[in-house]
Amino acid sequence: MAKPPTGPSESRLELESDAAAGAVYDEALDARAADARAGDADRAGAATRLRFGALRNRLRLPPTFRRPMAVVGITIIVLWFLVAIFVPWIAPYDPLAQAFDRLQAPSAAHWFGTDALGRDVLSRTLYGARISLPLALILVVASAIIGSVLGAVAGYFGKAVDEIIMRFSDLVFAFPTIILAMIVTAALGPSLTNAVIALLLVSWPSYARVMRSMVLGARSREYVVAGRLLGFSPFRSLRRDILPNVAAPVLVLATLDFGNAILLLSGLSFLGLGATPPTPEWGAMVADGVQNFSDWWLAAFPGLAIFTVVVAFNLVGDALRDSLDPRTAGAVQGVKI
Amino acid sequence: MPVTLRRGPHLGPLARYILIRFGISILLIFGVTLVTFTLANLVPADPAQAALGERAASDPAIVAAFREAQGLDKPVVTQYLLYIAHLFQGNLGTSTQSHNPVSIDLSVAFPATAELALFVIVFSIIIGVGLGTWAAIRQNRFSDQLFRVLSLVGISIPTFWLALAAFYVFFYQLHWAPGTGRLSASLQAPPKVTGMYTIDALVAGQYTTFFNALSHLVLPGLVLILYTVGLLVRFSRSAVLDVLNQEYVLAARAKGLSPARVVFRYVLRGASLPILTIVGLAFGSLLSGTVLTEQVFGWGGIGQYAYKSATTLDLPAVMGVGLVVGVVYILTNFIIDVVYGVIDPRVRVQ
Amino acid sequence: MSGPTTQGLELRGLTLELGAKGNLKQILRGIDLDIPGGSITGLAGESGSGKTMTGLAICGLQPAGSRLGGTISYTSPRTTTPNLLALRPRGMNALRGREIAMIFQDPTASLHPMMTIEAQLTDGMRHHLKVSRSEARERALALLERVRVPDPATALRKYPHQFSGGQLQRIAIAIALAAEPSVLIADEPTTALDVTVQAGILRLLRELCDTLDLAILLVTHDLGVMSALADTVTVMRYGEVVEHGSRYQVIREPRSAYTKALIDALPHPPEENTMEGTL
Repeated sequence: MAKPPTGPSESRLELESDAAAGAVYDEALDARAADARAGDADRAGAATRLRFGALRNRLRLPPTFRRPMAVVGITIIVLWFLVAIFVPWIAPYDPLAQAFDRLQAPSAAHWFGTDALGRDVLSRTLYGARISLPLALILVVASAIIGSVLGAVAGYFGKAVDEIIMRFSDLVFAFPTIILAMIVTAALGPSLTNAVIALLLVSWPSYARVMRSMVLGARSREYVVAGRLLGFSPFRSLRRDILPNVAAPVLVLATLDFGNAILLLSGLSFLGLGATPPTPEWGAMVADGVQNFSDWWLAAFPGLAIFTVVVAFNLVGDALRDSLDPRTAGAVQGVKI
Repeated sequence: MPVTLRRGPHLGPLARYILIRFGISILLIFGVTLVTFTLANLVPADPAQAALGERAASDPAIVAAFREAQGLDKPVVTQYLLYIAHLFQGNLGTSTQSHNPVSIDLSVAFPATAELALFVIVFSIIIGVGLGTWAAIRQNRFSDQLFRVLSLVGISIPTFWLALAAFYVFFYQLHWAPGTGRLSASLQAPPKVTGMYTIDALVAGQYTTFFNALSHLVLPGLVLILYTVGLLVRFSRSAVLDVLNQEYVLAARAKGLSPARVVFRYVLRGASLPILTIVGLAFGSLLSGTVLTEQVFGWGGIGQYAYKSATTLDLPAVMGVGLVVGVVYILTNFIIDVVYGVIDPRVRVQ
Repeated sequence: MSGPTTQGLELRGLTLELGAKGNLKQILRGIDLDIPGGSITGLAGESGSGKTMTGLAICGLQPAGSRLGGTISYTSPRTTTPNLLALRPRGMNALRGREIAMIFQDPTASLHPMMTIEAQLTDGMRHHLKVSRSEARERALALLERVRVPDPATALRKYPHQFSGGQLQRIAIAIALAAEPSVLIADEPTTALDVTVQAGILRLLRELCDTLDLAILLVTHDLGVMSALADTVTVMRYGEVVEHGSRYQVIREPRSAYTKALIDALPHPPEENTMEGTL
């Protein structure tokens, strides 16, 4: 639905040229009154706070990351990355050593118990961070780059290029992610690398869609048009004028997608299509729990590990999205999850 | 914005719009056949070896016979055209594993998944859209925060792990839930009408079977509902928030209508398009979710069939699953597009 | 010139605060304003002066979390309320639309894009007046006739996007009048419209005011519109009233320097913008 034309509010701005500087946030409030009905006192309040607190804010974390939920998310993410880096010094045992009695319940010696081959579940769970985090990172970065480039090209050049790229992404969208990924992995043979390749094939279109709609929006902005009139090449205007303005939504999407990537990777491993046996991968460890159903600790802890990482990324992604303007947030949400 | 309606010779704008969407859907379905076919042909592993086992695959005569039977010896384009021609006859090929026609296998597996998915989507829409709307109206109050956290948890829990945990607690520990499968072993499947046990049992008047099938449905259903509700709460909340900020909602309040009337007549109608979009996406995610959940609960639906055929490189079956799932997804989107056109007068005019 | 106050609104010391403790924002700082029946009361001021908020506060549609003070008393042939601000939400809701109606700046935004004109027009009257569906339809036709929307019977079946902005604003006025209110708050009713159709809307407001004995509060930043239409003019700045008087007095002999500056900023001398000139 078309937004009301901006004409009237611009003419209002002219009128206030002689108004005192103090009226600036009054104007923000009144504009909001005209626009914010269900009432949003605290966002309006935040606008005022922002003005006065601007200096203080520069010395602290950006406001997005100071919400309690975001703090929880960031803390968990940082902890997991620390674990991934320092796991050889943290983990009590070798994750692959079949050195203990099998299927022991959690105890002081083995906090998370031992598995069917006599390996320490705690050590395996901690080492799991070394598998899942880097792979998810590679997956997200690669699909963000591929998807964004394709989306930007489609949006900027339009016409046939746009049609081809977007119809292709429609086709990928027409399959449930995991079924398509499953078929691809099965075809390539089960391995973590192939699982990442399969997920890469199915996860770029959401970036392409967001990027395309952002570029379509940005393309007609005056500064971009001005750049083209000055004779900048298409690629220069894409790179210099457009990309910096559409980077934020892609970043938000990537953050939210990180959790998704972890879920899909572990899901494929759970099905036996990702990590192969001795690898301490979380999804594969949960699958071990299916074999030894009564020994709950086999599946409980690796599952909890997946859950905490995913929740943390979703918390941060949400905070980032909320701090974007609501319309771009809409664009980010309009994607397949 | 003045709009000139360019009418076709006999078609109203709505009929025209539906026809166009239908055409696009048909094209997409052809695209899907192309994708399934291409994927199946890109397989580097040898399907003959997978289907025949090591020993038989070492005999060139057997392999050649297999390849000929499966049409693998013909040029690719011919293979594709043959594939399409067979599709038009309802022939999806023969599974190399079950040795049944794929269409027969799918006619058993598909209703199983459809039953689960419909059960889940109906409850998820009621709960998810309801809570999402409530959260939006109570923005930033306690209930809003609570629902947001719950929905975040819902979409962050790995489905397969939740399925396992639910099974462990409610079946193994508490003995509340029945075991795996769609029906207890002591019962026979009701006479097939739709292939969905609950509905077929009701049709046949077999109430014991109905309640048994329903009790099997509850646990996998709840696992998937938690995820789907999480998704719907998140998105319908933001869709409703967007609408609450529209001037027509303020105008509706200025009419002095009751708050409930404003929400149901104005707000939800305004938010219906994005919510519908989300429901379509949720349905797609649901089909993904069932693969993992069916695996844990031994459901015997499309997800499990897909898994089985993908891991055994049962190409006709894989292509069949891909086709069915793709078509279902496209059909869902087609229905959503049509509903769009019916409820939003502006959509038809384009 | 204030008409006989058998019906209308009286605002006394109206205040509105927004925001949490620690950063309270005073939006309105004690507004006194009379809005009598049968006349058009103009409320002028720049953005942020609080004029829109005054209009919303009268309808009880101020943003959630804002605190109101002072009194708004309301009198009509049907009912008398000493202070609208003391009403419970349910009581205020019963008056909204029924006694006090409102129209907004941009009719393309204030009408629901997915509902027919008939649904939006009959909705309020069926709620307040408890009339049957067919009677509501009759009334809707008569209302569209009254605001001079061409071909009312067809118009009822159409959707907002099928009308021009000027037609839509007429329809919005019809919707506001559906439950026969005594007061109409018009918030920048012509600002979003083409200059060519503005005059028609203003003429319609004048006519409705005179024939229905309606009390109209015309909120606008446009002194041209104001001088063409309003009987009395109140000028606001920073949430306070800085000038009040009859149209001629305020436009020709402004007392405050601020009003004078506003008038000097007009592209044409006010004489050209009076009713006789524009309408």
